[in-house]
Amino acid sequence: MSKQPLLEIERLRVSFQIEGAYYAAVDDVSLVIEENEVVALVGESGCGKSALALSIMGLHPPEKTKVEGRLLFKGTNLLSLSVSELNRIRGKEIGMIFQDPLTALNPLMTVGRQIEESMNYHLRLPAEEKKKRTIRLLERVGIPEPEKVYHRYPHELSGGMRQRVVIAIAIACEPSLLIADEPTTALDVTIQAQIMELLKELQRQMKTSIILITHDLGVVAEMADRVAVMYAGEIVELADVDTIFHRPLHPYTRSLLQSIPSAQVKKDRLHVIQGIVPPLHKLPRRGCRFQPRISWIGAEQHELEPQLREVEPGHWVRCTCYRHFHFPDDQMTREVDYGAS
Amino acid sequence: MLLDVRHLKVHYPVRGGFFRRVVDHVKAVDDVSFSLNRGETYGLVGESGCGKTTTGRTIIGLIRATAGEVLFEGTDLTKLSRRQFHPYRKDIQMIFQDPYSSLNPRKRVLDIIAEPLRNFEKLSPHEERKKVQSILERVGLSADSIYKYPHEFSGGQRQRIGIARALMLNPKLIIADEPVSALDVSVQAQVLNFMKDIQQDYGLTYLFISHDLGIIRHMCDRIGIMYRGRLVEEGTSEDIFANPQHIYTKRLLSAIPNADPRERGKQTALRREVEQEYAQAYSRYFDETGRAYPLKPISPTHSVAIP
Amino acid sequence: MLKFILRRILIMIPQLFLLSVLIFLLAKAMPGDALTGQLAANPKMDPQTLEEMREKLGLNDPVHIQYIRWVKNMLQGDLGLSYTHQQPVTDLLAGRVGNTVLLSAAILVLTYLIAIPLGIVSGRWTDTWADKLIVGYSYIGYATPLFIFALIMLFVFGFHLGWFPTGGSVDIQVEEGTLAYYLSKLNHLMLPALSGALINTVGIIQYLRSEIIDTKVKDFVKTARAKGVPERQIYWRHILRNSFLPIAAFLGYEITGLIGGSVFLESIYSYPGLGQLFLQSIMQRDYSVVTALVMISGVATLVGTLLSDIILSAVDPRIRIE
Repeated sequence: MSKQPLLEIERLRVSFQIEGAYYAAVDDVSLVIEENEVVALVGESGCGKSALALSIMGLHPPEKTKVEGRLLFKGTNLLSLSVSELNRIRGKEIGMIFQDPLTALNPLMTVGRQIEESMNYHLRLPAEEKKKRTIRLLERVGIPEPEKVYHRYPHELSGGMRQRVVIAIAIACEPSLLIADEPTTALDVTIQAQIMELLKELQRQMKTSIILITHDLGVVAEMADRVAVMYAGEIVELADVDTIFHRPLHPYTRSLLQSIPSAQVKKDRLHVIQGIVPPLHKLPRRGCRFQPRISWIGAEQHELEPQLREVEPGHWVRCTCYRHFHFPDDQMTREVDYGAS
Repeated sequence: MLLDVRHLKVHYPVRGGFFRRVVDHVKAVDDVSFSLNRGETYGLVGESGCGKTTTGRTIIGLIRATAGEVLFEGTDLTKLSRRQFHPYRKDIQMIFQDPYSSLNPRKRVLDIIAEPLRNFEKLSPHEERKKVQSILERVGLSADSIYKYPHEFSGGQRQRIGIARALMLNPKLIIADEPVSALDVSVQAQVLNFMKDIQQDYGLTYLFISHDLGIIRHMCDRIGIMYRGRLVEEGTSEDIFANPQHIYTKRLLSAIPNADPRERGKQTALRREVEQEYAQAYSRYFDETGRAYPLKPISPTHSVAIP
Repeated sequence: MLKFILRRILIMIPQLFLLSVLIFLLAKAMPGDALTGQLAANPKMDPQTLEEMREKLGLNDPVHIQYIRWVKNMLQGDLGLSYTHQQPVTDLLAGRVGNTVLLSAAILVLTYLIAIPLGIVSGRWTDTWADKLIVGYSYIGYATPLFIFALIMLFVFGFHLGWFPTGGSVDIQVEEGTLAYYLSKLNHLMLPALSGALINTVGIIQYLRSEIIDTKVKDFVKTARAKGVPERQIYWRHILRNSFLPIAAFLGYEITGLIGGSVFLESIYSYPGLGQLFLQSIMQRDYSVVTALVMISGVATLVGTLLSDIILSAVDPRIRIE
């Protein structure tokens, strides 16, 4: 180990209170984010990817959430900090981009003031300087007529422009880590392409690391250096982006890739993953969590305590079932599921 | 031909000035024509605000057309009164985007699915239950789900309940407005496969409205690309994806994320190229007011909006 | 903005016309007419004279002519003659309108003085004992009718403890304009204003509380936290400002509502204002006073709505009126 990684997530468990008891939405996740890399967290809703991101920022309401483990950011455990200590890092060292630009901005504040607000607490700048910097930021995220937009309210801008403002807020203090939670999901496809290009460009310039949270495998393929695939609160596969898309191993990764219709190649039939993701409080706490959804693979092929293991350098897979996985010959197209919860 | 939409317009007045006079119109749908053959799936694609949803809703009579005709088996639906429209409600059904809000949470599945039936046929409770149960099994839900409530089902199952309701009256045309957008990818696949299956079994015709070009490609035989209330290109799935002609279509296609990380450089370069062409050739594709030209056929199946 | 207000006032004209027709017709439809009250006071009046007076007052003219005369007079500030008080309605109102405005203003100020801090405490620290106490109070406030509460207050603080006077708007002995006069006015005002405010405020407390609870979990609050904004600023700049919006818009309607509420309060506390007069006039069938008061409250409602819209557009940048 020559250099300290930017962020070390160690055995992170995030639990939510449901009817008095705590259930882990993120379960025993360990992940290292190096400097200057884009790591994507992929999975379907409820897999824990957003819960993970919010816990890094300390944005879970403390009274209903339990966060355990360690989050070492540049060597400091974020989970041991008080709110005011954390506030010195949030916005300065770590920036966050949210999904919906419509709701992520305060409707009663001008764009300029919302961007400057983060500088107010992290950089001591005279008002003049601050405004100049804000207008430069607006320019940098590709907003035309930044002097005018500075005085505008969010509702006066289009969705794409608003998302650029959200990005400008996140990078206002040039953070070393950006967390982007579904940054393009609420946008039209042409705007999505522009925002992806913008994020790539900013990443190149600032050498910021990005944790990209998304369910869209296309966005992952275009943006990420490494990919962590999450299922039911766990990382099931972790590898560089090329490996994930061309040599995936875990049954879930493989099934997911087979289930998306593509605009590039025409598939005759989409793969359907059997069953449903069980709700948080009904998750099996032992064994392979994906087992019920690949019922044609014998139970003896799964581990009892599935571990994330490095199967080749940089390629990690959970559970041994991947060695025996195959798609069912006759895709059950008319499966009846009686699984009303 | 099952459905023939001719010069459809839906305009909304914009009011301004002291006396709130009509000063302009928002042309949500601005002279759109297309037709659907029996048994095919026609995809209407475009970005938010392009008028695709308005078009679908106008066909089914939820929105009034400002001008134009919607010919369903030769009858112009826009000229019909509410009462005259009634029999056609049976033939045209709609599947909505959000399976969470389109089902009444206080009604049992039995009542939800039987509702359209009750409007058209008088059946004994026993016959009705039989019919509902058989359709539920057809959409892959167990027959004893009839006494459950929507919240007891997952998103994909709910969408199938919505489909079962649409199928109840043996419709000829189904308008599906973003039917899988609210669903997770694996559930999406399930619903899409299922829609293909029932299309064959029931001989259905789909008008499939979506912003997702991957899904459109997977589902549709023919595709119309909408932009600012107008069709800018129409053709078979092959025409559109392999040989796009209009600059907006090219822009839309190049914007789709490429699911192969090895194609990254190529994709970025393609986008730059298209953007450049868009900037340079804008005036070739749009008139002075920024309106797209009327469609012109360039092959028997392929039309493009060029002057 | 000016254009908007002008247009709204223009729209008010047909609304006022309709309102006046309605009120006029209702007054006409009521049993008896302006002279019935006279008759009750003086039963010996002979039918001949009565008929002559009717003729003289134009009460036998066709309805539309009576209506036009009524409106014309009203526009000139002549609201007719009160028969029970034997003085012009305009003078009658002038003597009391000040009291009602004073009472309403006092209730309004107290209402918000109570509602804002309680709403904030309750919305920010939900599920604490303070919140539970405040919510408990607001439920009781909801369930208690104003007139019962006012009677209890009157009994406890007025009669039993004797802290406050039990009627009137000022002591008769004090000389107008002196300090003692104003203190006496304030003293008379306290009990009715407080009773009104304590009941009136619970709606706003509840509203503010739920607004804050809703706003707390909004995405832009997360954005602010992600910027590293301290918790205090999060509340001030992001949550409270957004939560106050609908409350501010309420203000206009609130003013209208107070006029209705003052009917009970003024009667219970024998407070000489418009509300008390209204009730008296109905009992005595003093129709010219009743119609004038209904017309005034109608106008106040329209003005209140306009005021609400103006306030909302002033505080919310999303609502801009050209």
